[in-house]
Parts: sequence; C-alpha cells; structure tokens
Amino acid sequence: MTKKDKDLINRIAAGAKEGRISRRDFMSYSAAAGLTVAGATSLWGTSARAAPTRGGTFRWGIHDGNTGDTHDPGSYVTRTMIFLAHTHRSYLTMINGDGSLGPDLADSWEANDEASEWTFSLNPNATFGMSGNKVTANDVIASLNHHRGDDTTSAAKALLTDVVEITADGDNTVVVTLLGGNADFPWLMTDYHLAICPANDDGTIDWQSGDGSGPYVIESGEFGVQFSLVRNENWHGEGAWFDKVDIITLNDPNARQTALVTGDVDSVSQIDLKTMALMQRDPNLQLFNVPSAGAITLPMLCDTAPFDNVDVRNALKLSMNRDEIIEKIMFGAATKANDFHHSPAQPYWPEDIPQRDYDPDQAKSLLKKAGMENLEVNISTADSVTAGAVDMAVLYAEHAKAAGITINVTREPNDGYYSDVWLKKPWCLVSWGARPTPDVMYTLAYKSDAAWNESRWQNERFNELLLQAKAELDDSLRAEMYREMAMLARDDGGTVIPFFNNFVYAARSNVGTPDSLAASWEGDGARAASRWWFTE
Amino acid sequence: MGGLLNLVLKRLGLGLITLLVVSILIFFAVELLPGDTAEQILGQGATEETVAALREQLGLNRPWYVRYLDWLSGAVVGDFGVSALSGEPVMDVIGGRFVNTLFLAAYAAVLAVPLAITLGVIVALLRNTVFDRVANVLTLTSISSPEFFLGYILILFLAVKNPFFPAIASLSDGMSLGELLNRTFLPALTLVLVVTAHMMRMTRAAIINLLASPYIEMARLKGVSPWRVIVRHALPNAWAPIINVVALNLAYLITGVVLVEVVFVYPGIGQALVDAVAKRNFPVVQAASLIFAATFILLNLAADVGAILTNPRLRHPK
Repeated sequence: MTKKDKDLINRIAAGAKEGRISRRDFMSYSAAAGLTVAGATSLWGTSARAAPTRGGTFRWGIHDGNTGDTHDPGSYVTRTMIFLAHTHRSYLTMINGDGSLGPDLADSWEANDEASEWTFSLNPNATFGMSGNKVTANDVIASLNHHRGDDTTSAAKALLTDVVEITADGDNTVVVTLLGGNADFPWLMTDYHLAICPANDDGTIDWQSGDGSGPYVIESGEFGVQFSLVRNENWHGEGAWFDKVDIITLNDPNARQTALVTGDVDSVSQIDLKTMALMQRDPNLQLFNVPSAGAITLPMLCDTAPFDNVDVRNALKLSMNRDEIIEKIMFGAATKANDFHHSPAQPYWPEDIPQRDYDPDQAKSLLKKAGMENLEVNISTADSVTAGAVDMAVLYAEHAKAAGITINVTREPNDGYYSDVWLKKPWCLVSWGARPTPDVMYTLAYKSDAAWNESRWQNERFNELLLQAKAELDDSLRAEMYREMAMLARDDGGTVIPFFNNFVYAARSNVGTPDSLAASWEGDGARAASRWWFTE
Repeated sequence: MGGLLNLVLKRLGLGLITLLVVSILIFFAVELLPGDTAEQILGQGATEETVAALREQLGLNRPWYVRYLDWLSGAVVGDFGVSALSGEPVMDVIGGRFVNTLFLAAYAAVLAVPLAITLGVIVALLRNTVFDRVANVLTLTSISSPEFFLGYILILFLAVKNPFFPAIASLSDGMSLGELLNRTFLPALTLVLVVTAHMMRMTRAAIINLLASPYIEMARLKGVSPWRVIVRHALPNAWAPIINVVALNLAYLITGVVLVEVVFVYPGIGQALVDAVAKRNFPVVQAASLIFAATFILLNLAADVGAILTNPRLRHPK
C-alpha cells in the first residue's frame, strides 16, 4: 500500500467517525484505496460511530416459523415467534448487547440476603400498545402464573417450579418468593416464554389478542407467513428506530439468502454455513458471527455399560478432534468447548481451565486401564439435530479409530427424535439452545434429579456446589464454585461437548448495529428490530 | 342429455365414497407417525407432566376410533373442527391459503393452457422440422427438471442477475392486482414450464394420430390448406385426450405445488399442509388432504364431461 493510499484510508476512517460517510460509500472508497472487503468491514466497525437515525421499514426474514404457531407465550417454540415476542411484547429484564443484564419492564430489582425473595419495581411509563393501558403488577403476576400450576401446558413450567408465591405491592411492585435462594432469578426473567401479557379479571392472561408492551405493535399478520408491526410511540425503552417492522418467515435457506441478496429483506436470522464464505464477499451485505451459549452435546448414559466407567467416558472425550469438526462441519463458525456446558458467552465463565484436545494415545491408555481395549459403542444421531449432525458423528468415528475405538453411527428418523432417542438411547447427539446462566443450564440438564439429566450423571460434590452457587450473591465466590463444577463436569461428567455453535446471520450494508451484539439469540438477542437502524 | 346428468350424479356419489376412504387413510397415516400433537407442540421442551396436561386439553387421551368418529360426525355437516394448535376453526386456518393456491394455479393455467395447445397445434403442423424438435427438446427439458431446480434457475436469471422480478412471492394486504401479478410471476412461470410439455405433446400426438385418418386425406384432396386441415378438421376430434391431460395438469397445479411454494415462500395450502403434518395437526391435515382429493375427483369428472360434450358420438349414444 502506498503512502497516498494510507492517507486516503485515514481520511475515510475519520469521515466515518464523524458520521459524514455512509457505509456503502465507505466500502467503495476503501476498495478504491486498495483495501479488501474484509479489511474495510473491520475498519468500518472500529471507526464508524454514526448515531442511529429514525425511519424506514425493517424487513426481517426469520429462518423458522410454522403455520401452527400461536401467541400463547407458553407454547413459543419457533424462532419467528421468539423474535416476534421480543418485538411486540416485553420482559421484566433483558440481556444487553454486552452480555450484562439490563432493565426492560422492571427498572430495578433487589433480593433479600438469602436471595429467596425478589422485588421488582416496574417502569411506570410502560403501556400496552393496543389497549393503551398501563402495565401493572397484576399483568406481571398473571403472566408468570400462566406458566405455573398443575394444569399449565407451558414449556417454561420447569423454570418456575421453585416459585412459591408472587404478590403485588402496589401497582408497580412485584414480589416473588422462592423455595430456596436463587441469585440468578432476574436472569431467568429473560426467558422467551416469560413475556408479559395483559391480565384478565379472573387472573388468566389475554394472549389471544396479541397485545404487548414492546417496542412495536402488531398491525396485521398470519402465523408462519408474515407479521407487520408499527412503532409503539409510548414504548418505555430506548431505541425502536424503524417506523415499521415486517417479520417474514423464510424457512427455505435458499429463498432466505436470495431475498437478502436481492434486497427483498433487510436482514435474515440465519446464514447457511456452507455459503457463508460466498455471502461474505458481497459488499452489499454484512455478516455477523456471534459466539453463543447454544451447544451440541453428546451425552452418554452414565448408568449404562460401558459408559458407567469414567475412564471410558474420558477416553471418548479424548478421541475427538474438535478442531477438525469445527473446521469441516461448522465451517469455522463455532467456539471450541471443553466438555463442560458453560459457554464463554455466559457470565462466570472460567477461562483458566486447560483445553482438552485430541489425544488418541492417552485415550488408548485409559481404555487399557479400564480393560476395555478395542471398545465398540453405538451413537445415535439425525440430521434434524443440526445441519451436518450425521457427518459430524461419522467424522468423530474416524478420529476414534486412532484410539482403537469403533463408533457405529446409527442414523435415527428426524421425526420424534427428542421423544424416542434423546434420554433413551445410551449415546446420542443433542442440540441445546442458549441458556442465560450456567446455573440454568446445569439445573436443567446436569442436576442429579433433573428430568432432562441427559447423561444420568450423579456427582455429589457437583450437586452440592450447584445449590450453594445458586444462592450465593457474592460474585467472586460464585465464579469460584462454577469453576470447580466445570472441572468436575469435564473430568467426571458423561457429556462430550465438541463446541458451542456461533450464530451466523446477516443484514444489508445500510443497516446500522450497535458495537456488540447480544449472544442470547440470533438477530442481536432477538431484539434487532428495536436496536438496529438504517444508515442511509 | 339425461345420460350425462346420470353419469355426473353417479360419479359425485362415488367421489364422496372416495373422500371417506381418503379420510380414513389420512387418519391412519397421521396416527402411524412417531409422536403425537402434544409432543410435537412442546418439542424438545416437553416433560411428561406438560405432555400429559396438553394431551388432556387436546382430547388426545381418547381411543383412535372415538377421535375419528368425532371428527367425521362434524365433517359430514361441514364442520371440519378446530386446529389442534391454535383452536381456530380449520377453515379459517386454510381458507385464505387455499384461495392463494387457487390464484397461483389460475395464473399459471391462464398462461400455460393456451400456450401449450397453440404450441401443440403449431408443432403438429410443422412436425419433424427444426421448430418441432427445438420446441420438444425445450419443453421436455423443463418437465424433466425438478420444480425447485427450475425455480432456482429462474430466480438466478430473472431476480438476482437481472432484477426484473422479486425473488420471494410474499404477499401483503392491500396489494394492487398488478403488484400481485408481478410478485407471483416467477412461481407461476415455474409452474408453466412444468406443465406445458405434457399438454403440448398430447395435443401434438392426438392431432398427428388423426392425420392418418381417411377423412383428413379427403380434406387434403379437396385442396384445404394444411393449417385449416388441422384446426378445422383434426382438432375437434382431438379434444377428448387434450381435455383429459389439461384436467390432469390443472389438478397438479393445485396439489403439486408444495416445492414451488417453498422455493418462493408463497403462502399456499401446500406449505400449510407440510407444517400441519410436522405438528401432527390432524384436523388441518385432514381438511387439506380432502380438498386435494376433491380437486382431483372434480377435475377428472370435468374432463370426462368435457370429452363427452366434444364428441357427438358420445353425446348422442344410439
């Protein structure tokens, strides 16, 4: 690069900093100055600080929606509904772009010393977009109770089993009493099921109308097809730069990506990893590759031979070449995991634990110690678990050959995988969505008596620490406990965790985004509609 | 004409029996799939408790014959029940979708049928010429390619490389007819390419078959022009097979468009059916399948009636 080019780039960067240059112009000037697209993108990222501007219709293509979806928060399951919920409804708390916990409907919250009683004070400005009514404590209580009780069908029931009582203290304060201490309770309130809906007089909620207190109000829509929303001018939060938002279900990867390339939509919630590199080259697009807390796990039933032997479990953990799997199956869009289900995208992540790497020799010696040389095991998988799930198992079986282990890959039917294979077959592949904190994840799938203890792992110390950490309000003590639990899961647990998958999604280059994107969901923690804006 | 009315009534009666058999088959097919509605709704997040509560709520605890008869007793009086997922009446769920599918089918048919028959007549007239061969190769190539592939090719050339038409056919309320026709042009064109060859080749074959008949030779001998021989003398006698194949293709335009709907994200009934099967939403699956079956029955009937009406020998049996 000549000096002249360098000067030019500095001038362009300065222009971007002051907001004088749009992203598109910036990209073409930079290309003229001899920068590659990737280089220009990162330069734009570090220099542009243009303030958000209002206006425009944000057309958002979502990769997963179904005609059978409903507005019932207890049965939210598709991404379309989850993203829509974060756009037209609100939650007590929210996960900020930097991964910290911030206020949504509740503007502050505090616990008693045991963390067993939580008091949330509601934002007095919050109103429901359709009816115009204020959001009161009654609405919050009814919305949380929707997921409790014997006859609830909500998928979030397990999350609130520890809740003993929810009471109102005036119109704007909600007090939640828990069975035991739970320092993470405000984090749980970000769960996508726990959207706040208007209460009916009988204590149930009115979810059918689709009313909510979010940044946008539903104007019209059809499940599995499209929803059109307009800004809620009385929204209590900051942002909501777009005038209108269209949430469009685009299940077919090709249709979704073509729509983005041709400008029929402004952003899509998922990019096919196989074509990621091609999309990256298009100067009209920006790709986001965000490490998430979602993971692929391979749970072995610890009460079933041969997985009841810890040496066998560790030998299998050592027989996987995670780097090659990430490179070949995930096309690099994943973060290497270390056999404990605690992602760098979650709070309290212990960064000093040594990474377990591919070591067939050590695996061999562990098997020799266990008297199980020439081990032969079966693993069940299906392509519905994640794209490339079957290929991943086959590749793993090749890695394990070096340790003298034969892994037979059984391809199961996609339909009913989670009712017939998961928790039943001794070893299988599972995909986990992101959970906000390590406590939620461990309680859900690693606690000795959890319904979804997918590896049936029983470890007294781990379970003891889990309960202690849960009620511990001192952050550094908590972090220490999670570190010890991670070590136990890594060295004694029954789950091989190859990687945490990244969220890979994209937008047109005229879409402005904050510096850091929330890792809880694709699309900036499902809140792109209220956090992003058009730059031109 | 009385014979024709009789035939129509008899066929409609048989059609109803067919529909009943179809409904039983569909019911069992859905029952055979692993997992039930409750498990599918709750997905990976299902626990035994919530699945049991949801089964109770949806009435899935009852034996299969009770559930089937319950549905059937409603269906015979026109009540197809409510969607197992949202509780909306089934007709509200799929009514709009069916209208969309009919619109796309009609759009494609209006383009394809005249095109195919005209082409068929022209290639019959110019048979074994270069034009005939080129038309045959092109239409056979398009029918031999899977629809989704044709769709992708059209998207590549008419939406991405040359942005003439939108790549996805998403509809919104209050679109003008022109905008609607523009938005749905690529899916309609895909369907046109898929069905044209069949109709064109049948037209060509039916006409060429007749050209060997003595009365055609007579027409030629008295000096009628080749074009007039075909349009005036051969075509009227060729209508029966052509109508049959047109009806078959129209039925395909309604029932076979799932892939095209997926590729262009068109909110038609095929996509609704696929979604409903994935969720084991039995009432919706049943209603959509019956609509498809009825479409086939009615179009076949129409084809037979058309064949009779265009053939004087069948119209006036001795």
